[in-house]
Amino acid sequence: MAQSSALPVEQYNFDIVRRFMIVAMIYGVIGMAVGVYIACELAWPFLNFDIPALTFGRLRPVHTSLVIFGFGGSALFATSYYIVQRTCQARLAFPWLAEFTFIGWTGGVALGVLTYMAGFSQGKEYAEFEWPLDLAITVVWVCYILVYVETVRRRSQPHIYVANWFFLAFLLAVALLHIFNNIAVPSALLKSYSVYSGVQDAMIQWWYGHNAVGFFLTAAFLGMMYYFVPKQAGRPVYSYRLSIIHFWALIFLYMWAGGHHLHWTALPDWVSTLSATFSILLLMPSWGGMINGIMTLSGAWDKLRSDPIMLFLITSLSFYGMSTFEGPLMSLKSVNALSHYTDWTIGHVHSGALGWVALVSFGSFYHLMPRLYETRMYSQTLIYVHFWLATIGIVLYITSMWIAGIGQGLMLRSFDDYGNLAYTFIETVEFMHTPYVWRALGGAFFVAGALVMVYNMVMTVRAARIERATLEAKLAAKLAKA
Amino acid sequence: MFDWLLWFTHMENSKPLALVLFFGAFCGILVYVFTGKQRAKRLESYKYIPFDDEESQRPEPHDFARGKPRARIETQSRKVMDNER
Repeated sequence: MAQSSALPVEQYNFDIVRRFMIVAMIYGVIGMAVGVYIACELAWPFLNFDIPALTFGRLRPVHTSLVIFGFGGSALFATSYYIVQRTCQARLAFPWLAEFTFIGWTGGVALGVLTYMAGFSQGKEYAEFEWPLDLAITVVWVCYILVYVETVRRRSQPHIYVANWFFLAFLLAVALLHIFNNIAVPSALLKSYSVYSGVQDAMIQWWYGHNAVGFFLTAAFLGMMYYFVPKQAGRPVYSYRLSIIHFWALIFLYMWAGGHHLHWTALPDWVSTLSATFSILLLMPSWGGMINGIMTLSGAWDKLRSDPIMLFLITSLSFYGMSTFEGPLMSLKSVNALSHYTDWTIGHVHSGALGWVALVSFGSFYHLMPRLYETRMYSQTLIYVHFWLATIGIVLYITSMWIAGIGQGLMLRSFDDYGNLAYTFIETVEFMHTPYVWRALGGAFFVAGALVMVYNMVMTVRAARIERATLEAKLAAKLAKA
Repeated sequence: MFDWLLWFTHMENSKPLALVLFFGAFCGILVYVFTGKQRAKRLESYKYIPFDDEESQRPEPHDFARGKPRARIETQSRKVMDNER
């Protein structure tokens, strides 16, 4: 297992990294717990308790915003600020601006979820924040870009390491997506109307939605992967040239694929076909990147037996490969006719979100923690416990959603001998009850794993503090004797 | 005089043109990355950047760039016991 850094802490600004990482874990646990709660609501609707703020419609964006922006976003802030400093060998630029991004981002997410619970939403999936928060997030994002780009500019390394390319693409693309998708005409403090309408609104929304997946949840986390997998493995990435091709192919292809969310709608058929074509092409860079990450361990596979952090990172890449195979498959019009509007989509999203995004983040956190606090993890066994809880949870989740989704899809298109629908809608809902219960159980496993991680992290910080205090006391005693 | 510019304003012209330009650029990147022995060696050397600020962690350069099988890098792989300092 790679050892922790012996570099003096002062060389880099690790304080901001620590804080973003802590917030990521807090938001992650809350967001995932809300996810389990709404999964239970779908299985047992009485859990709404007739309280508007607790209904599925309001809690669902709370869940997605907390896990994507609260957990994922904060994890990206933490790791990108860490990686850019270490690969550029330069201290983070504009520390006060970096502080502002911390306050702005974490505060913005908190305010956003409170407004959802109060019933204020733009009604755009993954972009539900109303216009004042959208403006605030834009300002924070521009500050993030300034900090990052200026740190890269001040680098001691002549070359910009590939992880930073992925982060830079993420910064630029998310700015474009956020601004153009959220252009709206405000009519009150927490109410606005999109400037787009009809099918154009839908097309812009899914241009945003799919590229949020592509650049926020994929490109940026690939940046994370290209740093932490080699570091944890103690060996360089398998092929740097492949990483360059991976980068350019991925950013070129992703932008065109959003229309596959709107097959069989009012969207022009050629747009739909074009999106499906680019989605199929996306398989190549996605798998190129996955192979590049996994093959980094080539010749050192034994690490998977001895290093639980490596297990997290390599399993995350396996889920990345699996979900980027499933995605192009689902973008085919014929498959989409069955899968769309069913829970297969939900299962697909979670195989990527839990299997790829969350696992690579957890692996990175476990790598970071000892280095940020100059200590060792409190318990390696608990890391294994977390890994297995998370993996079992994901498998339960996605298999139950395959059953629910494919089952419902098949039921909805079944006809009897007379050409009538074989099943009523409510019969499909009855069928889905059992998979929904299993899904909630899978989610509960995953949250339990995250809680184990938080306990392990808290105990690690506590141990580090005690260790430091003991050392300081010994030093003081020695000095007093001298 | 500038009437030819109008050709670009038609989406049926500008879209395929953009596609050809992007595809050409991508092919150019492919050729650039995978040709030239010296360039390949230089590009592959960048993979060690994450290890540059910790000399003790930097793995020995291997023969990957020359197409030879990679020499096994000695690692510190071992199971870390609980509460081990």
